[in-house]
Amino acid sequence: MTAAPAPVPPSSGSEPTTARVGSTAPVPTAPGGLAAEGVSLGYDGRRVIDGLDLVIPSGRITAIVGPNACGKSTLLRGFARLHQLEGGRVTLDGRDVSAMPRRELARRVGMLPQSSIAPDGVRVAELVGRGRYPHQGWFGRHSSDDDRFVAEALAATGIADLAERRLEELSGGQRQRVWIAMVLAQQTDIVLLDEPTTYLDVTHQLELLDLLTELNRERGTTVVMVLHELNLAARYADHLVVMSAGSIIAEGGPADILTPETVLRAFALEASVIPDPVAGSPMIVPVGRFHTAGLGGGASRES
Amino acid sequence: MTTTTDPVTRPARDVEAVRLVVASVRHRNRRRLVVTLAVGAALGLAFALIAISSGAASVSPDRVLATLFGQGDRTEQLVVFKLRLPRILAAVFVGAAFGLAGAVFQAVLRNPLASPDILGVSTGASLGAVWAILGLGLAGVVVSGFALAGALLVALIIWAAAWRQGLHGIRFVLVGVGLAYVCGSLIAWLLARAEVRQAQAALLWTVGSVSDVRGDALTMLIIGVVIGCLLTAVFAHGLPVLALGDDHAASLGVRTDVRRGILLLVAVLLIAIATSVAGPVAFVALIAPAIARRLVDDGSAALTASVMTGAVLTLGADVIGQFALPEFTAPVGIVTGLIGAPYMLWLLARTERKSRA
Repeated sequence: MTAAPAPVPPSSGSEPTTARVGSTAPVPTAPGGLAAEGVSLGYDGRRVIDGLDLVIPSGRITAIVGPNACGKSTLLRGFARLHQLEGGRVTLDGRDVSAMPRRELARRVGMLPQSSIAPDGVRVAELVGRGRYPHQGWFGRHSSDDDRFVAEALAATGIADLAERRLEELSGGQRQRVWIAMVLAQQTDIVLLDEPTTYLDVTHQLELLDLLTELNRERGTTVVMVLHELNLAARYADHLVVMSAGSIIAEGGPADILTPETVLRAFALEASVIPDPVAGSPMIVPVGRFHTAGLGGGASRES
Repeated sequence: MTTTTDPVTRPARDVEAVRLVVASVRHRNRRRLVVTLAVGAALGLAFALIAISSGAASVSPDRVLATLFGQGDRTEQLVVFKLRLPRILAAVFVGAAFGLAGAVFQAVLRNPLASPDILGVSTGASLGAVWAILGLGLAGVVVSGFALAGALLVALIIWAAAWRQGLHGIRFVLVGVGLAYVCGSLIAWLLARAEVRQAQAALLWTVGSVSDVRGDALTMLIIGVVIGCLLTAVFAHGLPVLALGDDHAASLGVRTDVRRGILLLVAVLLIAIATSVAGPVAFVALIAPAIARRLVDDGSAALTASVMTGAVLTLGADVIGQFALPEFTAPVGIVTGLIGAPYMLWLLARTERKSRA
C-alpha cells in the first residue's frame, strides 16, 4: 500500500534531505491518537476507499494531499465520524470511535468541515461560544470557564478585537478565523481541517497555516488537514499523506516522499521537484504542455 | 496575525480582558431577550384587557379585576369566565403553539420560509376536519381528532418522501409545499360538491378561529401546548449547533438526524393540537418567529421569543378582528392572513436583496 521511500529527487540540483533535519526524522507512532484500520468508505454503495490503514502521528501536523475525488476529504470525514464506515474501524487511543458517545468524541476531536452556515446576525463571541457545546450540560449553561476558553480561542486566532462584531460584517479571511476559533474553543487535542485554505488569498493561506503551526508547537495539538496546495502542504506538514484513487500511495516526511514519481503517480502530472528556496522543503514545479523553455526543449513540448 | 505579539502566548491579562468582552456580549443578548419578553408580555396583557372588557356587554377594567378576584356579579362572572377568558386563553395558546412550532421548523430546516402552514401540515389538519364534516357527516370533538390525524399524516408523508440517508432541509420544504397544494385542492373539491349549509360549517376549518374554543377542547389545548413547550425546551439545546450545518453539529457531538427528528415531531404535534381546535391560523407560524428573531437579534432560533410573539400576534389579531371595525367581525385567521401576506412579501423581497448584495 505504502510506496517505499524513493531515493533523492533526481531532478533537483541540491540535496534537500540534508537541508531539513527535523522533518525527515522518523515520525513516532505512539499508541495514542487517531488511526484508521482497514477503513472502507463510500457513497450510495460506490466504494471510494477500500481497506485503508493510516496512523495519525500524535502531536504532529499531518497533511493529506491528492487529486480531486481521490477520497481525501471522505477519509477525513471518516476520522471525524461524519461519514459512516462501510468497513474497518477508526480508533482513538485504541478505542473504536463508533462505540464512543458523540459528545465524548467531540471533547477529543475537533473538525472544521468544508461548509459552514452562519446564522443571521450572530456575533463572533456568541458563535465561537457554540464550540463549547460538548462541554456543557443538558441545558447548555455557560460558565465563566466557557467564556475564558472562548477568549483564549479568539486571542489565539488574532480576532479578539472582532468579538462584538457580527459575522456578516467580516471578510472571508476573518470569517475562516472565526470558524477555526470555534473549533479551538472546543479544546480538543486533535483538530481536523477539511481544506481550510480554500477561498483564502495567498497571504491569508500562510497566516492560517502559521497559526496552525503555532498551535501545534505551543500546545502540542495534533493537526490533520486536507490541503489542495501541494507546496504549502510540503512546507507545513511534518507528515505528508499522498492519496490517489482511494489509496495511500506514499506517506512520510515531505522531503522523503515528494518525488517526481510520486507526483506523477498521484496527479498524472509531470513535475520537477526542487528545494523550496525559503523553507528548504520540496517544491513542486509542474510541467505543462507550454512554457517549458527551462527544460531546454524549446518553446513547446507538443512534438 | 497583524500584531507582532505571539497570539498563542499572549499574556493572561489580555485573555482576561477578552473574556470580559465575551461575557458582555452574552449578557447583552440575555438582557435584550428579557426586555423583549417583558415588552411582549405587557402588550399581551393590554390586548387581553381590551378583549375581556369590550364587547356586547362591556365590563370596565376595574370590574374585570374585581371579577377575576371573585367579586363580580353573576352576569360579570358569566361574561368574563365563560365567554371571554376562554377565547383569550385559546388565542394565547394557539398562537404560542404556532409561534414555537414555526421557529423550530425554520431553525431545524434552516429555512426562514419553512413553516407548517406553507409545508401543508396545517392544511392537512384542515383537510382532515373538512373531510370529517363533509365526507363523513361528523360533528363535534371527533372533527378535531380528524384534524389532528390530517396534520400528522401530512407530516409523515413529507418525512417519508424527504428522507434519503438523513433528512434534507430543502427536500423536506419542496415536498411540503407540493403537499400543501394537494391538500388545498382536495379541500376545494370537497367544498365545491357539498351543500351550502354544510360547506359553511366546514369553511370555518379552512380559516382558523378561536371564538368557539372552550371546555374540554381548551383544556386539551393548554395541556398539549405546555407539554410541547417543555419537550422542545428539553431537546432544543442542540439547536444553536445544529444551525451551523450538519457537519459542525455532528463534530460538536449532536446526533443530527435523531435530534432533528425529535424536534420536528414535537413541532408537528404542537401544530396538530392547535389546528385541531382552532383551524389553521394563517401565517402566524411563519411570521411570529421572523419577528421574534428580529427582536432578539442574536443569531439564535429565538424559541422563547417566538412563543411570545405568536401568542401576542394571535391575541392581537383576534382583538382587531372583533373590535377594530364596528358592525364587522372577522375570525382571527382572516386578520393574520391580511397582516401576514404583505409581511411575507416584504420578507421575500428582503431576502432577495440580501442574496444579491
